[in-house]
Amino acid sequence: MIARDVTTGVVASGIRTGKRDWSGVTFACVLLATLLVSLGILVALLWDVVKRGAPVLADRGVDFLTAGPSSSVSQAGVGLALAGSLVMMVIVAVIALPIGVGAAIYLEEYARDTWLTRLIAANVRNLAGVPSIVYGILGLVLFVDFLNRIINIRDTGSLLSGGLTLSALVLPIVIITTSEALRAVPKSLREAAFGVGATRWEVIRHHVLPAAAPGIVTGTVVSLARAFGETAPLLFVGAVRGFFSTGNATFLEKLFTSGYTALPIQILFWSTVPNPEFKSLAAAGIVVMMVILLAVNGIAIWLRNRYERTW
Amino acid sequence: MAAATGIVTAADLRGGSARRRREAVIRRAFGLAAGVSIVISGLIIVALIGHAIDFLRQIRFSWLFADGWFARRNEFSIPTLAVGSLLVGGVAMLIAAPLGLGSAIYLAEYARPAHRRALKPIIELLAGIPSIVVGFFALTVISPDVVQKLFSSATFFNLMAAGIGVGILSTPLVATVAEDALRAVPRSLREGAYGLGARRRTTSMRVVVPAATSGIAAALILGLSRAVGETMVVLMVAGGTGGSTFTFNILGPGQTATGAMAALAIGSDQVKGASAAFASLFFVGLLLFVVTFTLNVVSERYVRRARRHG
Repeated sequence: MIARDVTTGVVASGIRTGKRDWSGVTFACVLLATLLVSLGILVALLWDVVKRGAPVLADRGVDFLTAGPSSSVSQAGVGLALAGSLVMMVIVAVIALPIGVGAAIYLEEYARDTWLTRLIAANVRNLAGVPSIVYGILGLVLFVDFLNRIINIRDTGSLLSGGLTLSALVLPIVIITTSEALRAVPKSLREAAFGVGATRWEVIRHHVLPAAAPGIVTGTVVSLARAFGETAPLLFVGAVRGFFSTGNATFLEKLFTSGYTALPIQILFWSTVPNPEFKSLAAAGIVVMMVILLAVNGIAIWLRNRYERTW
Repeated sequence: MAAATGIVTAADLRGGSARRRREAVIRRAFGLAAGVSIVISGLIIVALIGHAIDFLRQIRFSWLFADGWFARRNEFSIPTLAVGSLLVGGVAMLIAAPLGLGSAIYLAEYARPAHRRALKPIIELLAGIPSIVVGFFALTVISPDVVQKLFSSATFFNLMAAGIGVGILSTPLVATVAEDALRAVPRSLREGAYGLGARRRTTSMRVVVPAATSGIAAALILGLSRAVGETMVVLMVAGGTGGSTFTFNILGPGQTATGAMAALAIGSDQVKGASAAFASLFFVGLLLFVVTFTLNVVSERYVRRARRHG
């Protein structure tokens, strides 16, 4: 036999005998197992929270969603905390979204490739990696002290300073996700619009933004969700943990004049008080929070799948 | 007019002055928006450095190397926080590195497109879980049902439970960045390996993973940076809110840089005051900022290298 036939024979028998590559299969199983462990953690976490929180939600129902903070387990609820979180989300939406989208439009559509542009882009990426607690310090120094000085609030923080701090926190995320959405719009679309005499703004307004809208919306929703669940920075800008007495104040007065609180802060407080009964309140609060987050993210994903175009 | 003479000049194409003025205004507004990010960075640095210098003026240098971190007793042991952060970060990476990289390799190299679409949301859902929720899970399950069951000497509040919780939070970040890196490896490399008769495992581990080394390194560094900066889990389960002595024992309570800052913020009487304890917040914040900033810059380097070679 000549050498070529030997090789052919070896290869042919290798292919025909079809011996399974058991070490390869094991390896694939191990890889899959790492994913399934992650899934297991996710399921265990949600199950633990639902198991502990469901009785409270079933017992109290709507009352739990509207009641304010209280030192009595049977009367405490997430009402004020939820309202505080929602007001801060509105502040983030009004401040961070326009600035973030505007900055992304500038970086992607207007700026030439200069050192300044590159500095801004690198700076945005680094800001996205700054630990959230550092934004808390920024908020403490800037918004709390600053607001105290100009409008002379004696309080150590307010919903406004909380909202502004969260705005600074999510701004880089809004810029990055919007930039990606803008970059996905093909150049030919812009060139066609320029070709018929549109100005740069007209090109952006009528062609680029509508095409990038699904991506921008998804990105901004993800940013808002991030701000909604963020706890650490709010510890620095005066979110009140615990039982604060509000007397006979109306709901709106409580919300805007006395100490404010937010849903994650309320959960933190309930899970760390020594009285174990509050743990189930914390779990119920987490269930409320997760339902809101999943609903909002679900809507964002649905919007993206519905309107996204691939070019 | 151009139409009358038949010659089109540049002036005809330029558009009206109102239209051009509007363009300029819009351009400037967007430019300002982009400048905001620079302003935020500047303010962070100024706020941290200014107050950190105040802190160093108020204290004696030896206080930074006291027996432990007890801010209210003027014991600001930086080694205690550094070791605490390293232990928590180390445990976190022992969780996040295998889970994140394993998931990434499976999704990028093994999963069929339909499976990938079904499995990817696991990582995305995990990424969307707020740290406070993982903190609660660490408090109710990880510490009592995992760590204390495995190690009978573990106290209820311990650094290991905190590290595991932080690892869960870092896993999705490691997985996403590593998967992007693996998917960026050109198809031709895989086809070349298969053409030589390599099996899938050999192709993945000997060809694709080495080609994506830079991106994988970036993923691990980013994961570590996230772990070191994570606050809520540590605050809730590490047991250092009242201060901590210098310790290497991961089964006992300890304190990290982020935990120390959050603890100062929670003792609200301490936060607004003139004492050195309040000012130490900024000094620790500055150290944390410098460490995470360095890690992020290094990982950025790796990502850029991966893009060049990939």
